[in-house]
Amino acid sequence: MLRSRHLLGIADLNADEIRQVLETADAMKEIAARPIKKVPTLRGRTVVNLFFEPSTRTRTSFEVAEKRLSADTLSIAVATSSVTKGESLLDTVRNLEAMAPDMIVMRHASSGAPHLLARLCRSVIINAGDGMHEHPTQALLDAFTIREHKKRLDGLKVAIVGDLLHSRVLRSNVQLLNKMGAHVWACGPATLMPADLARFGVRPTTSIDEAIDGADVVMMLRIQHERMHGHFIPSTREYFTLFGLTAERLRRAKDDVIIMHPGPMNRGVEIDSDVADGPYSVILEQVTNGVAVRMAVLYLLAGQEGGTD
Amino acid sequence: MKRTTDEHGRTRKLLIKGGRVVDPASGRDGVMDVLVDGGVIARVGRDLPADGADVFEAQRDWIVAPGLIDIHVHLREPGQEHKETIATGLAAAVAGGFTAVACMPNTDPVNDHPGITELMLRRAADANLARVYPIGAVSLGSRGEQLAELGAQKAAGCVAFTDDGRPVATALLMRRALEYAGMLGVPIIDHCEDPSLKGDGVAHEGYRAAAMGLRGIPGVAESIMVERDIALAELTGGAFHVAHMSARQSLRAVRDAKTRGEARVTCEVAPHHFVLTDESLETPLRYDTNVKMNPPLREEADRDAMLEGLADGTVDVIATDHAPHHLDEKLVEFDRAPFGIVGLETAVPLVFDRLVHAGRISVTRMIELLSVNPARVLNLPGGSLKDGAPADVTVLAPDAKVTIRAAALRSKSKNTPFDGWTLRGGVAATIVGGSVVYRNE
Repeated sequence: MLRSRHLLGIADLNADEIRQVLETADAMKEIAARPIKKVPTLRGRTVVNLFFEPSTRTRTSFEVAEKRLSADTLSIAVATSSVTKGESLLDTVRNLEAMAPDMIVMRHASSGAPHLLARLCRSVIINAGDGMHEHPTQALLDAFTIREHKKRLDGLKVAIVGDLLHSRVLRSNVQLLNKMGAHVWACGPATLMPADLARFGVRPTTSIDEAIDGADVVMMLRIQHERMHGHFIPSTREYFTLFGLTAERLRRAKDDVIIMHPGPMNRGVEIDSDVADGPYSVILEQVTNGVAVRMAVLYLLAGQEGGTD
Repeated sequence: MKRTTDEHGRTRKLLIKGGRVVDPASGRDGVMDVLVDGGVIARVGRDLPADGADVFEAQRDWIVAPGLIDIHVHLREPGQEHKETIATGLAAAVAGGFTAVACMPNTDPVNDHPGITELMLRRAADANLARVYPIGAVSLGSRGEQLAELGAQKAAGCVAFTDDGRPVATALLMRRALEYAGMLGVPIIDHCEDPSLKGDGVAHEGYRAAAMGLRGIPGVAESIMVERDIALAELTGGAFHVAHMSARQSLRAVRDAKTRGEARVTCEVAPHHFVLTDESLETPLRYDTNVKMNPPLREEADRDAMLEGLADGTVDVIATDHAPHHLDEKLVEFDRAPFGIVGLETAVPLVFDRLVHAGRISVTRMIELLSVNPARVLNLPGGSLKDGAPADVTVLAPDAKVTIRAAALRSKSKNTPFDGWTLRGGVAATIVGGSVVYRNE
């Protein structure tokens, strides 16, 4: 069981709880191999997927996870523009709560939005990504995938490369990997590094070669094309020249390196197609594992209902 | 509160008896009585006879000071009466010990016209609590495009000019404003912030905001414009006052300018910037919109620099930047919430507890920061208990135990991060023009 009744971020989990999620996910992954991929665990429970930002992968992954656990699910994609017109986040959620859901899975463009709900609403809140803050289920599925290949997290060198400043994937992964004893190198252009990055518990560098050197895991982050507007990068072409992952650069990594990407990828911007589709890539496994990890999270949080707060 | 007037409507005589008079302007500090007659200070001395005057008995440890003046307040009227009205804002002011406030022009419409100044003054007269000194907009609509009629606005009652809420947009406009206001003998107050460096930031740029995924506003976004304005004040000879200073780099710039002595530069600091840091983004509540203000709560080094400046005299004024917002407006995602907190009713306890009792400043310095200097910076009457001065007096209870309750604030809005704080030092009574307008019973 987890100590918190919500999953707002990796910040609220300790190493034992992370291990528990990963071990539960092992069992859940096995369900996907059965001819009938469904268990009755969450029968009669209602889960609302409330997405204020466009998302295909994460929303679908949660939906599949919920259905495999027999929950009643509904997904609501709210265009941010319609929210601007009138209803506040709190009113939207309180209206949904009037229909008595058990859990709300939310993605929102504002950092801290799920924390607001957790403070003021009744439902169990699962953070499916809040602004530039956290994306805890992504970090958990990344850890699950690394563990499948490396059998451990402790002592691994993990290089995270890309737009560090705007990345919730970075923030959740760094916390999780630090809690599990991995060594994280964070690499990106100086314009896309958060303030005081070293205090995150990473080795900051602007050299991708240094970051990749001897790495067990290379995790590439998405570069958004709009980033050229805030004077962050001059062009995607220059970005690829300086920070793109190519087969040649990858030679510096360990022989059994794995390449990860949370998606969606920009081929030719942060990663060369040869690498994305190459033998070291585990990018599609991440997607597969996402379902198992989300099933584990739903199961562990559902199990707590009626328990202590 | 009832005014103490006689049957002819004249203000009666009032004797404030037995407290410790602290009046930096006259150098008085000791247990004395203050006699008020006809709305002005008639006499200050030991054991004055009551002689038919109403008597206000002060306890021996209470401090009788020239009325406190808050020169940075948003009263929201006209146009945003759901946040505050002039009447509710002034009720909050006198409960907080302030006998006068200067109110910012970012109302709706912006106060860029004598008609609005007159409306504000009329509403203030109706409220009949603290005095109100409107601050007019530098530019029409505070849009930074065309100078407002500063002369007409001064004649209507404006005591200074600012485009607060945003900076005076260009160096050229600031230059002209300083020259023109200098001619009129009033200062330009600037909300110093480089808009391009601020971007869509919502919190101080540092580790805390970075870890929480909040867009940052660096301290230099403020200090760059402080430096610009100092240079223009040196060029023009006009008086420049830095609003709500928060960054250590700004303090250094002001200190250097004062040392050079070539510009008329003054500055103010808000209580939240010498009490809190960006740690409040995380504790006790994460993403509490009541710690979202502009300029943002900065890091420890900045907070410590403000404390140092308050103690060493670099900082001239403590002003609250009282910024009421409705609960509905604050009960939203952090980056969507408006900037600002209420400050009128929490300033005195915070100053006592964190500055005076903490041994950082003397009571005399406290009165300078809250009364003498605010009056000097804006050329206001007040700030002194000299014979003939307006009988605006604040009686302070330095050892009173005060627990701040947001729900009990007189301000229409309750957006304070200090809810539940227990502090040492409060307000015993507020006297305006010889009338007791607030008494902490």
